[in-house]
Amino acid sequence: MEFFKKLITAIRGGGRELGEAVLDSQGIRIYEQEIEDAKEAIKKAESDLTGVMAKDMQAGREIERLEKEIAGYEAKALGALDQGDESLAGEVAEKIAELEVELETQKAAKHQFAAHVESVKEMIKQTHAKIREHEREISMVKTTDNVHKAAKSINQHIDGGSSKMVAAKESLERIKHRQQDESDRMAASDALNAELSGESLENKLKAAGIGEKSDRKRQVLERLKAKQQDSAN
Amino acid sequence: MNNLLEKLESVLGMSDSGSLNGLDYEFNPIPSDVEVVQVAFKDREELPIYLTQSESQMICICYLWDDTEVIPDKRAEMLEVMLDMNIPMPLSSFGRIGSRYTIFGALSLDSSAESIARELTVLSDNALDAIEAMSEYLN
Repeated sequence: MEFFKKLITAIRGGGRELGEAVLDSQGIRIYEQEIEDAKEAIKKAESDLTGVMAKDMQAGREIERLEKEIAGYEAKALGALDQGDESLAGEVAEKIAELEVELETQKAAKHQFAAHVESVKEMIKQTHAKIREHEREISMVKTTDNVHKAAKSINQHIDGGSSKMVAAKESLERIKHRQQDESDRMAASDALNAELSGESLENKLKAAGIGEKSDRKRQVLERLKAKQQDSAN
Repeated sequence: MNNLLEKLESVLGMSDSGSLNGLDYEFNPIPSDVEVVQVAFKDREELPIYLTQSESQMICICYLWDDTEVIPDKRAEMLEVMLDMNIPMPLSSFGRIGSRYTIFGALSLDSSAESIARELTVLSDNALDAIEAMSEYLN
Protein backbone atom coordinates (compact mmCIF):
# COMPACT_ATOMS: atom_id res chain seq x y z
CA MET A 1 0.00 0.00 0.00
CA GLU A 2 2.70 2.42 1.09
CA PHE A 3 4.76 1.37 -1.89
CA PHE A 4 1.94 1.98 -4.36
CA LYS A 5 1.60 5.54 -3.06
CA LYS A 6 5.31 6.20 -3.48
CA LEU A 7 5.24 4.88 -7.03
CA ILE A 8 2.21 7.02 -7.84
CA THR A 9 3.93 10.10 -6.42
CA ALA A 10 7.02 9.39 -8.51
CA ILE A 11 4.97 8.83 -11.69
CA ARG A 12 2.76 11.88 -11.10
CA GLY A 13 5.94 13.90 -10.51
CA GLY A 14 7.01 12.79 -13.99
CA GLY A 15 9.89 14.18 -15.97
CA ARG A 16 12.80 12.56 -14.18
CA GLU A 17 13.95 8.99 -14.52
CA LEU A 18 10.83 7.57 -12.96
CA GLY A 19 12.00 4.13 -12.05
CA GLU A 20 15.34 5.34 -10.87
CA ALA A 21 13.69 7.92 -8.63
CA VAL A 22 11.78 5.14 -6.92
CA LEU A 23 14.78 2.83 -7.02
CA ASP A 24 16.81 5.43 -5.15
CA SER A 25 14.15 6.19 -2.59
CA GLN A 26 13.53 2.52 -1.92
CA GLY A 27 17.11 1.35 -2.04
CA ILE A 28 16.51 -1.45 -4.48
CA ARG A 29 19.77 -3.20 -3.63
CA ILE A 30 18.82 -3.34 0.03
CA TYR A 31 15.50 -4.87 -1.03
CA GLU A 32 17.21 -7.43 -3.18
CA GLN A 33 19.63 -8.25 -0.35
CA GLU A 34 16.67 -8.61 2.01
CA ILE A 35 15.07 -11.05 -0.37
CA GLU A 36 18.29 -13.06 -0.59
CA ASP A 37 18.61 -13.06 3.22
CA ALA A 38 15.00 -14.11 3.61
CA LYS A 39 15.48 -16.96 1.15
CA GLU A 40 18.52 -18.11 3.10
CA ALA A 41 16.57 -17.85 6.35
CA ILE A 42 13.84 -20.01 4.87
CA LYS A 43 16.36 -22.63 3.77
CA LYS A 44 17.85 -22.75 7.27
CA ALA A 45 14.44 -22.76 8.93
CA GLU A 46 13.31 -25.62 6.70
CA SER A 47 16.36 -27.68 7.63
CA ASP A 48 15.84 -26.80 11.34
CA LEU A 49 12.23 -27.76 10.94
CA THR A 50 13.16 -31.21 9.71
CA GLY A 51 15.39 -31.65 12.79
CA VAL A 52 12.75 -30.49 15.24
CA MET A 53 10.06 -32.61 13.59
CA ALA A 54 12.35 -35.64 13.89
CA LYS A 55 12.85 -34.91 17.60
CA ASP A 56 9.09 -34.49 18.00
CA MET A 57 8.53 -37.91 16.45
CA GLN A 58 11.27 -39.45 18.61
CA ALA A 59 9.65 -37.99 21.75
CA GLY A 60 6.32 -39.40 20.58
CA ARG A 61 7.80 -42.88 20.24
CA GLU A 62 9.52 -42.56 23.62
CA ILE A 63 6.22 -41.58 25.26
CA GLU A 64 4.53 -44.60 23.73
CA ARG A 65 7.33 -46.87 24.96
CA LEU A 66 7.19 -45.41 28.50
CA GLU A 67 3.43 -45.73 28.66
CA LYS A 68 3.66 -49.40 27.67
CA GLU A 69 6.43 -49.98 30.19
CA ILE A 70 4.42 -48.29 32.96
CA ALA A 71 1.37 -50.39 32.08
CA GLY A 72 3.54 -53.53 32.24
CA TYR A 73 4.92 -52.62 35.66
CA GLU A 74 1.44 -51.71 36.90
CA ALA A 75 0.27 -55.22 35.99
CA LYS A 76 3.28 -56.65 37.78
CA ALA A 77 2.64 -54.48 40.89
CA LEU A 78 -0.98 -55.66 40.92
CA GLY A 79 0.26 -59.26 40.70
CA ALA A 80 2.57 -58.72 43.68
CA LEU A 81 -0.31 -57.14 45.64
CA ASP A 82 -2.53 -60.11 44.75
CA GLN A 83 0.12 -62.38 46.23
CA GLY A 84 0.22 -60.12 49.33
CA ASP A 85 3.86 -59.23 48.62
CA GLU A 86 3.63 -55.57 49.71
CA SER A 87 7.38 -55.07 49.66
CA LEU A 88 7.78 -56.28 46.04
CA ALA A 89 4.78 -54.15 45.05
CA GLY A 90 6.51 -51.17 46.73
CA GLU A 91 9.67 -51.74 44.67
CA VAL A 92 7.66 -51.94 41.47
CA ALA A 93 5.75 -48.78 42.48
CA GLU A 94 9.06 -46.97 42.88
CA LYS A 95 10.08 -48.08 39.38
CA ILE A 96 6.71 -46.88 38.07
CA ALA A 97 7.23 -43.52 39.80
CA GLU A 98 10.64 -43.15 38.09
CA LEU A 99 9.14 -44.00 34.72
CA GLU A 100 6.32 -41.53 35.28
CA VAL A 101 8.81 -38.73 35.91
CA GLU A 102 10.57 -39.65 32.68
CA LEU A 103 7.22 -39.74 30.88
CA GLU A 104 6.33 -36.26 32.13
CA THR A 105 9.72 -34.98 30.94
CA GLN A 106 9.20 -36.52 27.48
CA LYS A 107 5.67 -35.12 27.27
CA ALA A 108 6.93 -31.64 28.17
CA ALA A 109 9.70 -31.96 25.57
CA LYS A 110 7.23 -33.15 22.93
CA HIS A 111 5.00 -30.21 23.70
CA GLN A 112 7.94 -27.85 23.23
CA PHE A 113 8.97 -29.48 19.96
CA ALA A 114 5.43 -29.23 18.65
CA ALA A 115 5.27 -25.55 19.61
CA HIS A 116 8.65 -24.99 17.96
CA VAL A 117 7.50 -26.69 14.77
CA GLU A 118 4.43 -24.43 14.66
CA SER A 119 6.47 -21.27 15.22
CA VAL A 120 9.04 -22.24 12.56
CA LYS A 121 6.22 -22.98 10.10
CA GLU A 122 4.64 -19.62 10.86
CA MET A 123 8.01 -17.91 10.42
CA ILE A 124 8.51 -19.60 7.04
CA LYS A 125 5.02 -18.52 5.95
CA GLN A 126 5.65 -14.92 6.95
CA THR A 127 9.04 -14.87 5.25
CA HIS A 128 7.50 -16.23 2.05
CA ALA A 129 4.88 -13.46 2.17
CA LYS A 130 7.62 -10.87 2.70
CA ILE A 131 9.62 -12.20 -0.25
CA ARG A 132 6.53 -12.16 -2.45
CA GLU A 133 5.78 -8.58 -1.47
CA HIS A 134 9.35 -7.38 -2.05
CA GLU A 135 9.60 -9.19 -5.36
CA ARG A 136 6.36 -7.61 -6.53
CA GLU A 137 7.56 -4.16 -5.49
CA ILE A 138 10.91 -4.61 -7.20
CA SER A 139 9.14 -5.86 -10.31
CA MET A 140 6.93 -2.74 -10.33
CA VAL A 141 9.92 -0.45 -9.95
CA LYS A 142 11.91 -2.22 -12.63
CA THR A 143 8.95 -2.31 -15.01
CA THR A 144 8.36 1.40 -14.45
CA ASP A 145 12.01 2.10 -15.14
CA ASN A 146 12.07 -0.20 -18.16
CA VAL A 147 8.90 1.27 -19.71
CA HIS A 148 10.15 4.78 -19.07
CA LYS A 149 13.45 4.07 -20.83
CA ALA A 150 11.66 2.27 -23.66
CA ALA A 151 9.21 5.19 -24.01
CA LYS A 152 12.11 7.63 -24.21
CA SER A 153 13.65 5.61 -27.06
CA ILE A 154 10.28 5.25 -28.77
CA ASN A 155 9.69 9.00 -28.56
CA GLN A 156 13.12 9.67 -30.04
CA HIS A 157 12.38 7.15 -32.76
CA ILE A 158 9.04 8.77 -33.53
CA ASP A 159 10.39 12.32 -33.38
CA GLY A 160 13.33 11.18 -35.50
CA GLY A 161 10.79 10.96 -38.30
CA SER A 162 11.14 7.32 -39.30
CA SER A 163 7.60 6.75 -38.10
CA LYS A 164 6.09 10.15 -37.50
CA MET A 165 3.42 10.32 -34.82
CA VAL A 166 0.19 11.23 -36.56
CA ALA A 167 -2.98 12.33 -34.79
CA ALA A 168 -5.01 9.26 -33.89
CA LYS A 169 -8.07 10.16 -35.94
CA GLU A 170 -5.96 10.88 -38.97
CA SER A 171 -4.16 7.56 -38.56
CA LEU A 172 -7.47 5.80 -38.34
CA GLU A 173 -8.75 7.60 -41.47
CA ARG A 174 -5.68 6.60 -43.44
CA ILE A 175 -5.89 3.01 -42.29
CA LYS A 176 -9.61 2.82 -43.03
CA HIS A 177 -9.00 4.42 -46.41
CA ARG A 178 -6.42 1.77 -47.23
CA GLN A 179 -8.75 -0.95 -45.99
CA GLN A 180 -11.54 0.56 -48.11
CA ASP A 181 -9.22 0.58 -51.12
CA GLU A 182 -8.43 -3.02 -50.46
CA SER A 183 -12.06 -4.01 -50.13
CA ASP A 184 -12.93 -1.96 -53.26
CA ARG A 185 -10.23 -3.83 -55.10
CA MET A 186 -11.65 -7.10 -53.91
CA ALA A 187 -15.18 -6.04 -54.84
CA ALA A 188 -13.96 -5.01 -58.29
CA SER A 189 -12.20 -8.31 -58.71
CA ASP A 190 -15.36 -10.14 -57.62
CA ALA A 191 -17.40 -8.12 -60.07
CA LEU A 192 -14.95 -8.89 -62.81
CA ASN A 193 -15.07 -12.57 -61.99
CA ALA A 194 -18.84 -12.46 -62.01
CA GLU A 195 -18.83 -10.71 -65.35
CA LEU A 196 -16.45 -13.21 -66.83
CA SER A 197 -18.44 -16.14 -65.59
CA GLY A 198 -21.60 -14.31 -66.76
CA GLU A 199 -20.14 -14.02 -70.22
CA SER A 200 -19.41 -17.65 -70.35
CA LEU A 201 -22.96 -18.34 -69.28
CA GLU A 202 -24.15 -16.11 -72.11
CA ASN A 203 -22.03 -18.16 -74.45
CA LYS A 204 -23.52 -21.39 -73.16
CA LEU A 205 -27.04 -20.01 -73.62
CA LYS A 206 -26.21 -18.92 -77.13
CA ALA A 207 -24.79 -22.33 -77.89
CA ALA A 208 -28.01 -23.87 -76.60
CA GLY A 209 -30.00 -21.59 -78.89
CA ILE A 210 -31.45 -19.72 -75.94
CA GLY A 211 -31.33 -15.98 -75.54
CA GLU A 212 -29.90 -13.66 -78.18
CA LYS A 213 -30.18 -15.96 -81.18
CA SER A 214 -33.72 -17.15 -80.59
CA ASP A 215 -34.72 -13.59 -79.72
CA ARG A 216 -33.32 -12.32 -83.02
CA LYS A 217 -35.24 -14.98 -84.87
CA ARG A 218 -38.41 -13.80 -83.17
CA GLN A 219 -37.60 -10.18 -83.99
CA VAL A 220 -36.98 -11.00 -87.64
CA LEU A 221 -40.24 -12.90 -87.84
CA GLU A 222 -42.14 -10.02 -86.27
CA ARG A 223 -40.48 -7.53 -88.62
CA LEU A 224 -41.46 -9.65 -91.63
CA LYS A 225 -45.03 -10.03 -90.34
CA ALA A 226 -45.23 -6.27 -89.86
CA LYS A 227 -43.98 -5.71 -93.43
CA GLN A 228 -46.57 -8.13 -94.77
CA GLN A 229 -49.27 -6.30 -92.85
CA ASP A 230 -48.06 -2.95 -94.26
CA SER A 231 -48.10 -4.22 -97.87
CA ALA A 232 -51.54 -5.74 -97.35
CA ASN A 233 -52.78 -2.34 -96.23
CA MET B 1 16.32 -15.04 -20.62
CA ASN B 2 15.81 -15.06 -24.39
CA ASN B 3 16.01 -11.65 -25.93
CA LEU B 4 13.02 -10.11 -27.66
CA LEU B 5 14.37 -10.54 -31.16
CA GLU B 6 14.92 -14.24 -30.60
CA LYS B 7 11.36 -14.53 -29.38
CA LEU B 8 10.06 -12.66 -32.39
CA GLU B 9 12.14 -14.87 -34.66
CA SER B 10 10.28 -17.81 -33.18
CA VAL B 11 6.98 -16.03 -33.85
CA LEU B 12 8.15 -15.46 -37.41
CA GLY B 13 9.24 -19.09 -37.70
CA MET B 14 5.73 -20.11 -36.73
CA SER B 15 4.13 -18.31 -39.67
CA ASP B 16 5.31 -19.42 -43.08
CA SER B 17 3.82 -16.56 -45.06
CA GLY B 18 5.22 -13.65 -42.99
CA SER B 19 1.77 -12.95 -41.65
CA LEU B 20 0.32 -13.30 -38.17
CA ASN B 21 -3.28 -14.44 -38.00
CA GLY B 22 -3.85 -12.90 -41.42
CA LEU B 23 -1.90 -9.67 -40.87
CA ASP B 24 1.37 -9.08 -42.72
CA TYR B 25 4.02 -7.57 -40.52
CA GLU B 26 7.63 -6.66 -40.11
CA PHE B 27 9.68 -5.95 -37.04
CA ASN B 28 12.71 -3.81 -36.32
CA PRO B 29 14.73 -3.25 -33.17
CA ILE B 30 15.02 0.40 -32.23
CA PRO B 31 18.06 1.84 -30.49
CA SER B 32 17.55 2.02 -26.73
CA ASP B 33 19.15 1.42 -23.31
CA VAL B 34 16.61 -1.33 -22.87
CA GLU B 35 15.47 -3.76 -25.54
CA VAL B 36 12.70 -2.31 -27.70
CA VAL B 37 11.38 -3.83 -30.92
CA GLN B 38 8.89 -2.16 -33.22
CA VAL B 39 6.32 -4.34 -34.93
CA ALA B 40 4.50 -2.75 -37.86
CA PHE B 41 1.52 -4.40 -39.52
CA LYS B 42 1.04 -3.82 -43.23
CA ASP B 43 -1.58 -1.15 -43.92
CA ARG B 44 -1.52 -0.19 -40.24
CA GLU B 45 1.92 1.40 -40.22
CA GLU B 46 0.58 4.47 -38.35
CA LEU B 47 -0.08 2.32 -35.31
CA PRO B 48 3.04 0.26 -34.70
CA ILE B 49 3.39 -1.89 -31.61
CA TYR B 50 6.45 -1.59 -29.43
CA LEU B 51 7.68 -4.54 -27.44
CA THR B 52 9.94 -4.32 -24.46
CA GLN B 53 10.73 -6.69 -21.66
CA SER B 54 11.64 -6.25 -18.04
CA GLU B 55 12.84 -8.90 -15.62
CA SER B 56 9.36 -10.11 -14.94
CA GLN B 57 7.24 -9.51 -18.04
CA MET B 58 7.06 -8.66 -21.70
CA ILE B 59 5.05 -5.55 -22.53
CA CYS B 60 3.48 -4.75 -25.91
CA ILE B 61 2.51 -1.09 -26.25
CA CYS B 62 0.61 0.75 -28.96
CA TYR B 63 0.46 4.54 -28.76
CA LEU B 64 -3.03 5.83 -29.38
CA TRP B 65 -3.20 9.58 -28.99
CA ASP B 66 -1.65 12.50 -27.18
CA ASP B 67 -3.31 14.51 -24.44
CA THR B 68 -3.31 17.50 -26.78
CA GLU B 69 -5.69 15.63 -29.11
CA VAL B 70 -8.31 15.21 -26.39
CA ILE B 71 -11.25 17.65 -26.44
CA PRO B 72 -10.79 19.31 -23.02
CA ASP B 73 -14.50 19.32 -22.04
CA LYS B 74 -14.81 15.62 -22.78
CA ARG B 75 -11.62 14.50 -21.07
CA ALA B 76 -13.20 13.25 -17.82
CA GLU B 77 -15.84 11.29 -19.70
CA MET B 78 -13.21 9.78 -21.98
CA LEU B 79 -11.16 8.61 -18.98
CA GLU B 80 -14.24 7.00 -17.44
CA VAL B 81 -15.08 5.21 -20.68
CA MET B 82 -11.50 3.95 -20.88
CA LEU B 83 -11.77 2.57 -17.36
CA ASP B 84 -15.10 0.95 -18.18
CA MET B 85 -13.66 -0.61 -21.32
CA ASN B 86 -10.52 -1.96 -19.65
CA ILE B 87 -12.13 -5.15 -18.42
CA PRO B 88 -14.18 -6.21 -21.47
CA MET B 89 -11.38 -5.42 -23.92
CA PRO B 90 -9.71 -8.73 -24.83
CA LEU B 91 -6.10 -9.13 -23.64
CA SER B 92 -5.32 -5.40 -23.64
CA SER B 93 -5.70 -2.47 -21.26
CA PHE B 94 -5.57 1.28 -21.63
CA GLY B 95 -2.63 3.07 -20.11
CA ARG B 96 -0.69 6.29 -20.33
CA ILE B 97 3.00 7.07 -20.68
CA GLY B 98 3.75 10.73 -20.12
CA SER B 99 1.16 12.59 -22.16
CA ARG B 100 0.50 9.74 -24.57
CA TYR B 101 -2.40 7.36 -24.11
CA THR B 102 -1.61 3.77 -24.92
CA ILE B 103 -3.17 0.41 -25.23
CA PHE B 104 -0.99 -2.38 -23.96
CA GLY B 105 -0.77 -6.02 -23.08
CA ALA B 106 1.61 -7.74 -20.70
CA LEU B 107 2.85 -11.26 -21.20
CA SER B 108 4.76 -13.67 -19.05
CA LEU B 109 8.39 -14.03 -20.11
CA ASP B 110 7.89 -17.70 -20.95
CA SER B 111 4.95 -17.08 -23.28
CA SER B 112 4.79 -19.24 -26.38
CA ALA B 113 5.19 -17.91 -29.91
CA GLU B 114 1.44 -18.49 -30.40
CA SER B 115 0.60 -16.32 -27.38
CA ILE B 116 2.88 -13.54 -28.57
CA ALA B 117 1.36 -13.68 -32.05
CA ARG B 118 -2.17 -13.55 -30.64
CA GLU B 119 -1.25 -10.70 -28.31
CA LEU B 120 0.18 -8.63 -31.16
CA THR B 121 -2.73 -9.08 -33.54
CA VAL B 122 -5.42 -8.63 -30.88
CA LEU B 123 -3.63 -5.52 -29.63
CA SER B 124 -3.52 -4.05 -33.12
CA ASP B 125 -7.24 -4.78 -33.68
CA ASN B 126 -8.07 -3.33 -30.26
CA ALA B 127 -6.06 -0.17 -31.04
CA LEU B 128 -8.02 0.44 -34.25
CA ASP B 129 -11.37 -0.24 -32.57
CA ALA B 130 -10.45 1.91 -29.59
CA ILE B 131 -9.56 4.94 -31.69
CA GLU B 132 -12.73 4.54 -33.72
CA ALA B 133 -14.87 4.18 -30.59
CA MET B 134 -13.19 7.04 -28.77
CA SER B 135 -12.91 9.44 -31.69
CA GLU B 136 -15.83 11.51 -30.39
CA TYR B 137 -13.53 12.62 -27.56
CA LEU B 138 -10.69 13.57 -29.90
CA ASN B 139 -9.94 16.58 -32.05
